[in-house]
Order: sequence, then structure tokens, then C-alpha cells
Amino acid sequence: MEFFIISMLNGVSYGLLLFMLSSGLTLIFSMMGVLNFAHASFYMLGAYIGYSVASLVGFWPGLVLAPLVVGALGAVFERTALRRVHQFGHVPELLITFGLSYIILEMVQLIWGRTAVEFAPPEVLRGPMFTLIHHAVDGLSLVAGAAPAALCNATDAAVKVVCSPFPATRGFMMLVALLMLVSLWLMLTRSRIGLVIQAALTHPDMAEALGHNVPRVFMLVFGAGAALAGLGGVIGGSTFVTEPAMAATVGSVIFVVVVVGGLGSLSGAFLASLVIGVVQTFAVAFDVSLINLAQVMGIELSKAWKNNSVIKLTLSQVAPILPYLFLVLILIFRPKGLLGNREE
Amino acid sequence: MTVKYHEFKPYNVGRWVIWSLFALVLVFAPKLFTSSLSVTMLSQMGIAIIACLSYNMLLGHGGMLSFGHAVYSGLGSYMTIHALNMLTKGTLPIPVSLLPIIGGFAGMFFAMLFGYVTTRKSGTPFAMITLGMAELVFAMSLMFSEFFGGEAGVSGNRVVGGSVMGITYGPPAQMYYLIAVYTFISVGLMFAFTRTPLGRILNAVRDNPERVEFIGYSTQRVRYLAFIISGFFAGIAGGLGSLLFEIVTAEVVGAARSGAYLLFTFLGGATFFFGPIIGGVLMILAFVLLSEITKAWLLYLGLVFLFMVMCAPGGIASLIMMNLRVAAFGFLRRIWVSYLALAVCALVVLLGAAVMIEMVYHLQLNGAMGSTLKFIGFTFDAKSLDHWFGASFVLLTGLGLFELCRRQYVREWGEIQEDIEKEIKRREAL
Repeated sequence: MEFFIISMLNGVSYGLLLFMLSSGLTLIFSMMGVLNFAHASFYMLGAYIGYSVASLVGFWPGLVLAPLVVGALGAVFERTALRRVHQFGHVPELLITFGLSYIILEMVQLIWGRTAVEFAPPEVLRGPMFTLIHHAVDGLSLVAGAAPAALCNATDAAVKVVCSPFPATRGFMMLVALLMLVSLWLMLTRSRIGLVIQAALTHPDMAEALGHNVPRVFMLVFGAGAALAGLGGVIGGSTFVTEPAMAATVGSVIFVVVVVGGLGSLSGAFLASLVIGVVQTFAVAFDVSLINLAQVMGIELSKAWKNNSVIKLTLSQVAPILPYLFLVLILIFRPKGLLGNREE
Repeated sequence: MTVKYHEFKPYNVGRWVIWSLFALVLVFAPKLFTSSLSVTMLSQMGIAIIACLSYNMLLGHGGMLSFGHAVYSGLGSYMTIHALNMLTKGTLPIPVSLLPIIGGFAGMFFAMLFGYVTTRKSGTPFAMITLGMAELVFAMSLMFSEFFGGEAGVSGNRVVGGSVMGITYGPPAQMYYLIAVYTFISVGLMFAFTRTPLGRILNAVRDNPERVEFIGYSTQRVRYLAFIISGFFAGIAGGLGSLLFEIVTAEVVGAARSGAYLLFTFLGGATFFFGPIIGGVLMILAFVLLSEITKAWLLYLGLVFLFMVMCAPGGIASLIMMNLRVAAFGFLRRIWVSYLALAVCALVVLLGAAVMIEMVYHLQLNGAMGSTLKFIGFTFDAKSLDHWFGASFVLLTGLGLFELCRRQYVREWGEIQEDIEKEIKRREAL
């Protein structure tokens, strides 16, 4: 039970991190029709800038400053490069962001080196947020922060006690993602700029005719999307590793999220992020293979079968390909995505 | 309407001349560049040409931006090396010369399999799905070590069996000529493909899919067929690659390889048939020579790519063709001074930028070995403020001059285009 709860929370927090990235990607895509290939690069840039600011003035200023810097860089890129190729069509737009991802990767390696940097979360977020104690006699209980050693070591050897801590960084990740989700939703539906954005999404020409500067709205949306990625980067970088490969690791997963959720659907991206986050987290935790399945079903396998590499694969080994398999299955059975509403 | 090229029916002379020249270049290239490095590079160029052309069948002719083309060439490579190993064991009675065809069929098979899913979509969704497919295959390559050989890869030996007419594929030159033959035939077949009804309707699918649907074609099926054919040629390129290197590692299906195909096909020029040939040659030059000269080559490559996407989305091929048009009307001498000025300014910018980039790289990578570095024959001190100031001064001056020249050039170019239009009108009136 406590394994399930902790894994579920881990999965949800990872899913929410994915959503921080895919929301910006979806907004940019649905608005400008541009798939921002460099989105994960902005995530990496956020982590590295956050690391630099954190080592100078502390983590919390970094959490605010890094997204602003990344957002500004994104806006500058949109203004100087992306807008110029807009006239050539969608393929050059995609290509220019592809080229940008190369340049950002090289720049990051140039400035911060090729190895991982030590980006530690602040003092408050180190250690567990709460600890689940599973006592064989007393049942499940919850303690805020780290559990005292006395609670985890039963006095009676016959009684089994398991303590499962939940890291505070993960909790913080969930908190920030949820805050971001709510404020994004409020901004899009309740504020004036949100209404202009929505209008520019569906009827750009009409919005322009009504006197709104649609190219500037595009620039703001691109900058905001990059800033969200940067924010995700500061949190993701301090929770996981900050290294040059982090963009590639997360990049292809968020593309899967965006396609699976349905292109241009923000709620679809949310659902798909959670599903993929949870599935991947659970898959890593299970060490079962088809051999175990056969044992459960009571089938005796021959020795040759047991050495077959496909049969031998455990679920945790398969975990990296699960999002892509999911993508293929969705495309075959529901081509418009989970919550997409238009067939390409 | 009059035909624009010289024609003696039933022969199109220009085409015969160009293809004969291409064959001559393929035959005599290793006679001119005889060192073993250049023969290997020429062989790799042949392979890269096939791969880039097959990629351009998707990008240029079909408007399909694929991020996973290396999957088909890479799986072709794996199948070929396994076939070669079976041949060594004596279980497969096929001459080595025909092994790349096995790679081709493997690429075709996987293109059929994966293309069924990917080609359901077009445009941006297609791009994302191919990316997902590429990641899927790459992740699998680390899981199934029997087939993919794990970290070490699969190796083979192409010198098997006796010699047939003295050909054993032992010397690199013999391997080069095998690749040259395959290159010539593949390029010819791919050019022929662009002239078939399928090739034509593929262009139509790229330009106006809605209208193609209206006249009764399934755009999805056209894309699927083109994808399969492209996979076949990619597989041939992969098969030749595994014969050349005699080892196949998981990086042949990796995202970096797919990205390189995309980058260089685009740089060469996706809008013309011969663009990817330039791209393939550039790819090997960059991979082998540029990476020797500087460690920052990927950065330079990215910057050049960004510049090309913004200023010349048709690639090098379109630049050549536009200037050929100007030359054909005899206006090239009006603009060559501008070209010279642009080139000099670009060189100044490059010099300033390169010195700064190299100094940063030196500090980052070899900081422990002192702060001085040798670059293009001069010694720079990466910690000296003077050198940084000098480099940035050169860069800024270059940028300013470049902008001035560019404005002059754009004005002249506009005038020339107007004159060409006038000239065309005048000739029509004759």
C-alpha cells in the first residue's frame, strides 16, 4: 500500500513536471502552428541559469530569475528569427527551432561544461516532506518530515515496520506545477490578455482587425512558453540531474505527450502528462518479466525459452520505450489523440 | 511553347552530358585523391549521397519532415551485417556485392511497418511521430543485444569467399567502386522516380493535399508508397555503410544521425533534385575534416544552419540555380563585386567569431594546460583582455560592413531581377 501511494505521488509529480513543459509547447503550437523543437532546450537552459543564479544569490531568486531570463531569450528568438521565416511556411519554422536546439546544446556545453553540475535544492527542500510508516500491527500512519528512528525500528523483532519517505522536492514540484496550472487557467479565461490570446488562437485576422497586435501576442506567448519551460527546468534540474543530456531525455517524451493528448489541446496534454508520468514511474519500480507471468499462470517454460531475450526483459527494462509504444497505439486506435477534437 | 533546352529527338543532350559527367567524376575521383583517407571519404560521400537523396524524397518531394530517417538506413545496416556474418558461416549463398540490396529490402520492410503508422499524418504531427518512432527503435537497440550487439555493436568481415575476377573487396579502392556503382544506379533510379506518375503526384501531395484528395487520390497512400521507396534507398545506403566500416553500432539508428540527414539535405537544398548530392558531400567534409579542425564544429554547423534557414531556405542548390539564371541573362558581371565584398566581410565576421569561440572552448576544455592556444597560425591568450577586445572589435566591424554590403547587394539583386523580367518580356515580344 505505502509503495503504491509513494509511487503514485512520484508518478504524479513527474507527470506534472511534464505538463509544465507540454503546456507551453501546446500553447505555442495551437497558436502559431509551430512545433517548438527547442522547447526542451529552454528547459535545460532554465536549469543551468537557475544553477548559476542559485550559486550566486541563492535558490529562491534563481527560481524567479531563471524563467524570466529564459522567457526573454525565447521572446528575442521569436522576434529576430522565427518571425522572419514565418512567411516560408511551417517546415522552415520547425527547422529553425531544430537548429536552435543544436546551438543551445553547444552553448550550454561551452559555458557550463560537458559533465553534470551540482545543482542542489535549498535546505528547506532537502529530506522528506512526509514519511509513511507501515506498522504491521498498528497499520498505516503518516509523519510530517523525516520519521524519528525510534518509529521505524520496532522494539519487537516479530513486528515488521516499513518507513517510506516522500522527498520534499517532489512535493514542491507538485505545488509549483499546480499553482502554475491554476494561474495559467485563470489568466487564459479570466484576464483581458488571455481573451486576446484565445481570440488570436482561433481568429488571428479578426483579432488583428480589431486592433490587437497579433505578432506581439505571438511573441509574448512564445516567451511565456519558454519561461514555463525554464521554470520547469529550475525545479527539474534541482530534483533530478542538471546535465547537457537532459534536454534530449525529456524532449522526446514531451512530444509524445503533446501528440497523445491531442495536438493543441491543453487538457489533453494535462491528461497525457499524468498518464505517461505515472506509467513510467510504476514501470521502473516493477521487476517482473514474461517469465514471472508464465509462473503465475502456471506454465512451465523450457530452458531455451527462459533465455530468450524478449521473454527475459523485465518491465523496468522496457520502461524507456513505454511512452513511444503508447504513442503508436494511440495513433492506431485514436489518431486524433486522447482529447483532440480535430482530425488532421 | 518552345523547349528551353537543346534537344535532338529522341535524346535530351543536356541530360546525357550531365549524367556522363557524373559517371566520370565517380570513376576518376579516387585517381585524383589517392590517399587512403580521401578514398574512405569518397566512399562515405557516395553513401551519404544515397542517404540524403532518399531523405529528400520525403522532405523535398513529399513535404514530409522526418526526424527518424536513420532508423531505415540503420536497420538496413544491421540486416546487412547479419547477412554478411551468415555468408561467412556459409549459410547464405549470395555474393558480397549484392548484400546492400538485402539492406535495401530490410529498410523497405521496416518502412512498410513503421510508415503505416507515421504516414497517417502529414506536416507537423508526422514530424513528431517519426521522432517518437526513432526514439522507440533507439531505445529498443539497447534492449535487444542479440540483434543490435549492445554497446560493442556487430562486426563482420567483408573479405569472404574467393576472388571473383580479382575482386575481393579487400583493398578500399575496390570497395569504393562498389559504392560508386550503387551510387550511380541509385541516383539514376531516384531521378527516374521523380518523373513517374507517383513522383509527380507526390509533389502534388506536398503542394496541395486537399486538391489531390478531390481528384481522387488518397494522400495517405501516396505518402506511404513514397515512404516505402525512400526506406528502400536508405536501406541500401545503410547496407553499403556496414560493408565499408565492417562494424555496426547502435548510433546508426540514433537521433544524431537522423538529425544530420535532415540538416545536410536542407543545407544542400531540398527544392532541387541535385541539392542533397551537395549536402551529402558537405556532410562527410564536415564530419571528417571540420571536426578535425575544431572542437566547436557542431556550434558552427548550427549557426550556419540557422543562417541558411533564415536567408536561403532553398539551400545551396537554390543559390546556384538563382545565380545561373542571372548568368544566363549575362548580368553576373554587374553583381560580382558585391559578392566579393560580401565574402570578404563574411570572412572578417567569421574570423572574429571563430577566435572568440575557440578561446571559450579552450578555457572550457583545456583550461588546465595554460591559457594560450594556437589557432589559424596565431597564438592567442584566452585570458588576455586585449585579445578578447581585439576579437570582438573584428567581429563588430565585420558585422557592420557585412550589413552595409548586404544592403547594397539586395538593391543590386532587385534591380537585376527587374531587368531579367524586362528581358523576358522583350524576348516574348520578338
